[in-house]
Amino acid sequence: MEPLLALTGVSKSFGAVAALRDVRLELRGHEVHGLVGENGAGKSTLVKILAGVHAPDRGVVTLDGRELVLAGPADARAAGIAVIYQEPALFPDLSVAENIFIARQPLRGLRRIDGAALRARTRELFARLGVHLDPDRPARGLSIADQQLVEIAKALSFDARVVVMDEPTSALSGAEVERLFSVARTLRDAGAAVLFISHRFEEIFALCQRITVLRDGHWISTDPAEDLTVDSLVRRMVGRDISAMYPKSQASAGPARLEVRGLTRSGAFSDVSFTVHGGEIVALAGLVGAGRTEVIRAVFGVDRFDAGEVVVDGRRLPPGDTPAAIAAGLALVPEDRRAQGLVMELSVARNLTLPRRWSLSRFGLLLAGAESRSARTWADRLRVKTARVTDPVSTLSGGNQQKVVLAKWLSTRPGVLIVDEPTRGIDVGTKAEVHGLLSRLAADGVAVLMVSSELPEVLGMADRVLVMHEGRLVADIPRARADERSVMLAATGQRGEP
Amino acid sequence: MMSPPPSPSGPPPSTALRAEPDSPARPAAGARVVRRALVVREVGIVAALVLLVAVTATVNPRFLSAQSVKDLLLGSTILAILAVGQTIVVVSRNVDLSVGSVLGLAAFATGSLFVASPDLPIPVVLLAGVGLGAVCGAVNGALIAAARVPALVVTLGTLYVFRGLDYTWATGRQINAADMPPAFLRLGTRTILGLPVLTMFAIVVLVAAGLYLRWYSSGRELYAIGSNPDAAHLAGIPVGRRVFGAFVASGALAGLAGVLYAARFGTLDANAGLGFELNVIAAVVVGGVAIFGGSGSVYGAAIGAVLLVTIGSALPVLGVNPFWQRAAVGVLILAAIGLDRALSARLARRLRGGSGGV
Repeated sequence: MEPLLALTGVSKSFGAVAALRDVRLELRGHEVHGLVGENGAGKSTLVKILAGVHAPDRGVVTLDGRELVLAGPADARAAGIAVIYQEPALFPDLSVAENIFIARQPLRGLRRIDGAALRARTRELFARLGVHLDPDRPARGLSIADQQLVEIAKALSFDARVVVMDEPTSALSGAEVERLFSVARTLRDAGAAVLFISHRFEEIFALCQRITVLRDGHWISTDPAEDLTVDSLVRRMVGRDISAMYPKSQASAGPARLEVRGLTRSGAFSDVSFTVHGGEIVALAGLVGAGRTEVIRAVFGVDRFDAGEVVVDGRRLPPGDTPAAIAAGLALVPEDRRAQGLVMELSVARNLTLPRRWSLSRFGLLLAGAESRSARTWADRLRVKTARVTDPVSTLSGGNQQKVVLAKWLSTRPGVLIVDEPTRGIDVGTKAEVHGLLSRLAADGVAVLMVSSELPEVLGMADRVLVMHEGRLVADIPRARADERSVMLAATGQRGEP
Repeated sequence: MMSPPPSPSGPPPSTALRAEPDSPARPAAGARVVRRALVVREVGIVAALVLLVAVTATVNPRFLSAQSVKDLLLGSTILAILAVGQTIVVVSRNVDLSVGSVLGLAAFATGSLFVASPDLPIPVVLLAGVGLGAVCGAVNGALIAAARVPALVVTLGTLYVFRGLDYTWATGRQINAADMPPAFLRLGTRTILGLPVLTMFAIVVLVAAGLYLRWYSSGRELYAIGSNPDAAHLAGIPVGRRVFGAFVASGALAGLAGVLYAARFGTLDANAGLGFELNVIAAVVVGGVAIFGGSGSVYGAAIGAVLLVTIGSALPVLGVNPFWQRAAVGVLILAAIGLDRALSARLARRLRGGSGGV
């Protein structure tokens, strides 16, 4: 069968990071096509190429066998490709009808917008979708599900032949997912090609005829859904050898240093309880959006929580008090080092000593000599590659920036170190250094809690793996029983764990 | 130009998706709520204006004499035209601080044209002023759209550049009423059926801009850009071109205002319109145009301009120390913002809850 839309040999890099390498994808009319892969496998990049947001470095996109050049979102729309994002981008101040027909409103004499036709056509679209929404109400205040329906109505309005749904169900309730499915089937039956991206296998199998797997930016397989099982899909998504680059030595667990009991914040996570002992590296695994970052932010006192408590070395922390958390010996290396971990314009030295600025001061004035001596010591200890510690930290590579963030917190000599995605976007060599460092810290008696979306890192480094799924802690897997399958099944909400 | 306002916390699941049949009343409810809110917003300014006029007229009935009303209208005209231009820019989440300088430049150009050739037809001079303003606006727009520099910074720069050009050109000279043809100066004082001719210009501009922003595709796209710039890009709206157009429009209207300024005051030096930009932004904000873009109307902005000018002439009549006038304008701005916050919070509640209370 001729594909409606085909990607052949598509590659895309961002700086040194190759997001997609030689990827292929064939979408057929009358078909819902599933796309699965781990976080960072390249799904979002692929969606953005189809949306015209990114242009591929290499490779071709063809529609009906003719090559398609997508220079911008308008080109994608003109070609009949509609993208429904996880969180749709609507215009909150404009009416629902205007949102659907923006830049393509029906016109009457003197090129005026035909308000009556606008409303009537919106009603007609909603009727086809079986939706009750008022065309005249502003988009502000619509639920995510309703916003997606507005986007789908937009796709219908220009007779989109290819509809891409990028994790549309992650914010929906059960009933809303059902409604979305019936809409997707309606589109399929009308001849459209639907690309459906989801982390939930039951949805993929319920909806899709064929399933494509991406891993590390590579195309792995495309098969009819009936030839696949959850197990075989998971194996294809993760199927990597865990190399010997994870130097975790088995440490003897010391006393409990971080205890989290019944931590709850409505809408984000609920009843999360765990303990991290000195000398232990505990990984917090789960899919993006499972609530891992929210939990550690609450533990560190950045965000408030509704119920529960955090105990460090036997002392209860006051909630929402970051200075108290630091004083108790907690340190957090955040996920987004550029936005949260570093002050990019300041020097390496200033960044390194920021949490200790008072101990390096006399009469409230920072001692320049003490600052640069201390900075030099820590930069050397972590082998930060920088010409001068007075250079702005923004001039360093990603890996070296990450080392500065780590050094900054290690210099406070924390008892509990929380790292969020410690090796995201840094090169393999630096990765190994960071892993070695975490391992040595654990050996020194520090309790390490590591949030990571990279399964090999989780399995290679952790003494225990905690898995979160939709705001709940669903599994606590000891190193001996932790493997890709058990973690992945727990993370996707399957009953993998006995 | 500025960061977007903090978004409200995530909405709870709406009822609209549920399968049970909706009550027939519900589809219209959202629109009704919105329409009521808009009405409240504009009625609020009009009510403030009416109240002010009523109180002032009670104290001194001459405040409502034909001459006094004419003066009020004339005084509001130039500010209202600038406010209309500013609204076009502000709804797209930008701001044009250079309008006062453009006005000054266009006013002096008008005078100089008449000095050079007194027989020039008035429409030609009008077009020249508008064209000069449009060129200034195009400079702003090109810098903002092409170089992607925030409008606040660019127009702050051109505020000084255009004023500097004006000073250089004028070199301390003054152009007097005697240098301009009487027919042109009559434009500034004549009335038709009691309505000043200058005010008619403002009304034409107001209605044209109002229709454009409401009923034309590119007008709606300006609101879309101000409402969510990223989404506007994703929707295929030519964001750069639209923003450029908005600045050209704002510049052209400032140019028109400059010509009308020359006709009204007759005496021109390089200081014409100095500091006007803040009055204009005050009128726009008081008129209910969201400073972060996406909502508001030119009608509101124009009424805001009338209200500000009226306060200026009412306070002396009421015996209020003129030094308080600026403070009164400030209080008005704060009150307008407070009203907007209260209304939008209420609106958000209504839109979310569906059936929620007031």
